[in-house]
Amino acid sequence: MSIPLKELIQLHAGDVIGGWDNLLAIIPGGSSTPLIPKKVCEEAIMDFDGLVAVQTSLGTAAIIVMNKQTDIVKAIARLIMFYKHESCGQCTPCREGVNWMNKMIYRFVDGNAKPEEIDMLWEISKQVEGHSICALGDGAAWPVQGLIRHFRPELEERMRKFNETQRAAAN
Amino acid sequence: MLRITLGKIIKGAKVSPKYVYITTRALSGPAKPPENVEVFIDDKPVHVPPGTTVLQAAALVGVEIPRFCYHERLAVAGNCRMCLVEVEKSPKPVAACAMPVMKGWRIKTDSELTRKAREGVMEFLLVNHPLDCPICDQGGECDLQDQSMAFGSDRSRFTDIDFSGKRAVEDKDIGPLVKTIMTRCIHCTRCIRFASEVAGVDDLGTTGRGNDMQWGALTSKPYSFTARPWEIRKIDSIDVLDAVGSNIIVSTRTGEVMRIVPRVNEEINEEWLADKSRFAYDGLKRQRLVTPMIRDNNGELKPVDWEAAILTVAKVIKCAGPSIGVIAGGMADAEVLVAAKDLLNRLGSEALCTEHTFPLDGSGTDLRSSYLLNNKIVNAEEADLVLLIGTNPRLEAPLLNTRLRKGWVHNDLDPPKLAFREQWEALAGKEYKPRPVVASIGPEVDLRYPYENLGSNPDLIKQIITGSHTFSRKFKAAKRPLIIIGSEIFERPDGAAIFAAVQTLATKSSCTDENWKVLNVLHKVASQVSLYYRLIMGGLDTPGVDKIREGNLKVLLLIGADECSINKSDLPKDCFIIYQGKLFIFNAEFGKVPFSIFHKTIKHSFLGHHGDYGASIADAILPGAAYTEKQATYVNTEGRAQETLVAVSPPGRAREDWKIIRAISEVVGAKLPYDNLNEIRDRLDQVAPHLTKYGYAEDANYFKQAEQLAQSIQGNIDNCTPLDVKIKVLEDYFMTDAISRASPTMAKCVQAVLKQKQSKY
Repeated sequence: MSIPLKELIQLHAGDVIGGWDNLLAIIPGGSSTPLIPKKVCEEAIMDFDGLVAVQTSLGTAAIIVMNKQTDIVKAIARLIMFYKHESCGQCTPCREGVNWMNKMIYRFVDGNAKPEEIDMLWEISKQVEGHSICALGDGAAWPVQGLIRHFRPELEERMRKFNETQRAAAN
Repeated sequence: MLRITLGKIIKGAKVSPKYVYITTRALSGPAKPPENVEVFIDDKPVHVPPGTTVLQAAALVGVEIPRFCYHERLAVAGNCRMCLVEVEKSPKPVAACAMPVMKGWRIKTDSELTRKAREGVMEFLLVNHPLDCPICDQGGECDLQDQSMAFGSDRSRFTDIDFSGKRAVEDKDIGPLVKTIMTRCIHCTRCIRFASEVAGVDDLGTTGRGNDMQWGALTSKPYSFTARPWEIRKIDSIDVLDAVGSNIIVSTRTGEVMRIVPRVNEEINEEWLADKSRFAYDGLKRQRLVTPMIRDNNGELKPVDWEAAILTVAKVIKCAGPSIGVIAGGMADAEVLVAAKDLLNRLGSEALCTEHTFPLDGSGTDLRSSYLLNNKIVNAEEADLVLLIGTNPRLEAPLLNTRLRKGWVHNDLDPPKLAFREQWEALAGKEYKPRPVVASIGPEVDLRYPYENLGSNPDLIKQIITGSHTFSRKFKAAKRPLIIIGSEIFERPDGAAIFAAVQTLATKSSCTDENWKVLNVLHKVASQVSLYYRLIMGGLDTPGVDKIREGNLKVLLLIGADECSINKSDLPKDCFIIYQGKLFIFNAEFGKVPFSIFHKTIKHSFLGHHGDYGASIADAILPGAAYTEKQATYVNTEGRAQETLVAVSPPGRAREDWKIIRAISEVVGAKLPYDNLNEIRDRLDQVAPHLTKYGYAEDANYFKQAEQLAQSIQGNIDNCTPLDVKIKVLEDYFMTDAISRASPTMAKCVQAVLKQKQSKY
């Protein structure tokens, strides 16, 4: 408890593959918590308050470390697909919301979307969060929120590239 | 899912106004009500009992919280999330339908957070909901439509439709009554909860999970694509296809009944309606008698105009003098009965009979308590022991059975030890009500709740009285026992003796509550009870057609009597038969359904069977009005008078029944002293004042006296003939009277049941 995240990874877990500088992002509390990028990981303290301070959560403390080889959008999309699969379907926000987020984020992986849709995805995740019967809805919403919070430029870049390729193909 | 468990928890203490009404009325013990808590709905203070949900508390101050899955008569599911509201100091919005209020809560039903939450849920509900409103039968009376207008967002952002479309599910055929449109389902699970809790039929459910979860939106199949809610006229009326007297709304368009839906009446049908009552309306348009007819010399019925018909009929009646009889069928209203009775009396006859007999030994029909469902339908759910004798309430009076099932489902399962009962009641905030013990004497039938079949030997009643049967111990222990005896018992030769035994049994209970009536009679047809009033008035009549068989009648008037209780061979050769009724049944498919008397005639001339019944039965036909076509009084099995209203006009030249009798009376020279509805209602009032107290069921009494009179009954119970009921299985239920036999939908239902039986699944 209260060990700095960097120390935990470097000293106790054998460091990031390719060294600390090869770090892209860390999900500090199991798949349902928002990810934090390298910049934040430097300072983060592994306890309840410390992680809340950097807008994530200790959760189960099952740390997922992603280095720069990772396609971060695809990684989060895969998590959402998992939550979509696990949703029981009883309550509306989770049943419909997670399915919707899943559809959108897989388009984001390709960049097949408009930049405005990033804000829409953010809003949808907020509509799911806190409105479902159990916490699965929350858990599905947070990874998306983490991604948008820290990797918005990445998402926009993909959309720009996708549009360019489309346009080039059309010409 | 949370369903039953949460429902039970909430029910334990929650109290919708309806429950308050019922429990306080039924409370005999001093279960102390717990102190109320104060909460604030939009800053309006309200005091509610602990355990009240946010939604109910809001309803008390007139704030309606939008909801889809919540239904006050079903267990709480809490899954649509439409009722989310903000509670001050709570980080998340709470589901108002499932959350009991806590002291001092400040609930904000119109805050920014609440509105946002609703808008979000609405958007999620619509994301996979097809834009079918223009072609959807629910359109115009759709909760989803209304609430999306009130609480939804004003613009769409469903960009994903362009990429992956909306969820679609293949429709499922679940019979001729309910149409599924699976894709339109919003997964409120109300239909599933209704089926499993109220109907007791676990036929519906969801499959799959998450967004692959499947179930369908349900609409009426016969009504599909026939009318729109904004173009129909709605008329409040009463159902007459069974003796329960369910309240209904008849929807009409262009002079045609388009559909029938239930109307809330907490005392009778709550807000439910039996399948036959709801869907048999297409029988009102088929096989109708539209013009008067007279049989000519060749034995054929020829259409004639009213003048000729009435003159002919009046002539034969005049010639017959006192040798005239009337048999009234199951759907005759009180007005026509009183008119017929008055006419008979003026002619010096007393032979007004019902198709269903009733023993006149003992007190006969003199005491109302002998032929009413005395304890009222609503109290059936309070019983702790139910003994059904010769009846199948599920198919004879489905809504009474629903009440019995409700008692079985909702009352408390495990009896607390007597010593702890007070604590239990204090904790739960209500009186302890045990789950009823249900037993039956009669054939084994499916009631959709467990019950003990004691056998079908009528001797069992005596055994229970004497205490030699094991059930008598349970009966004696019961505080609120209910004996429900089916009216078919009376059709047995030993009906009077059996009924006397049941009356004795009823007095042997250890029920101390004066207002609890142990003895109850369940009738099968709507007219029966009001007919008995006629009998009281006349004094001498015989219910049942025996008198007709004995008497040397010259004219017999059948008022919608279609149950083949009499046939031509019972009557003198020269007897002139007049059929005044609604429907002309001509349907060879269902041999086991009793055919109309008139029908037999036709059968003989056209199809060549039933030949032994003799030749023509009806010599004159006077077309009358069905229950949707007249303002008429019906008395249900509780003795509650209710009136139907005119929804459409009678077809062709058909007329209101009592007016026909009135017209005949004038030509006969025995003019009846009423010319309009008010005047005949005054006459009803003279006969029995509670016949015009609409909606009110007057208590019947004198059980002891009736029982004492019953002691004088001669004759023994025939123990060799087991008690039986006519309607045993579902396929017998759908076609039981002139209207439902003419209904194609009901015929399809019978087919569907038979097909289902053959299915290997």
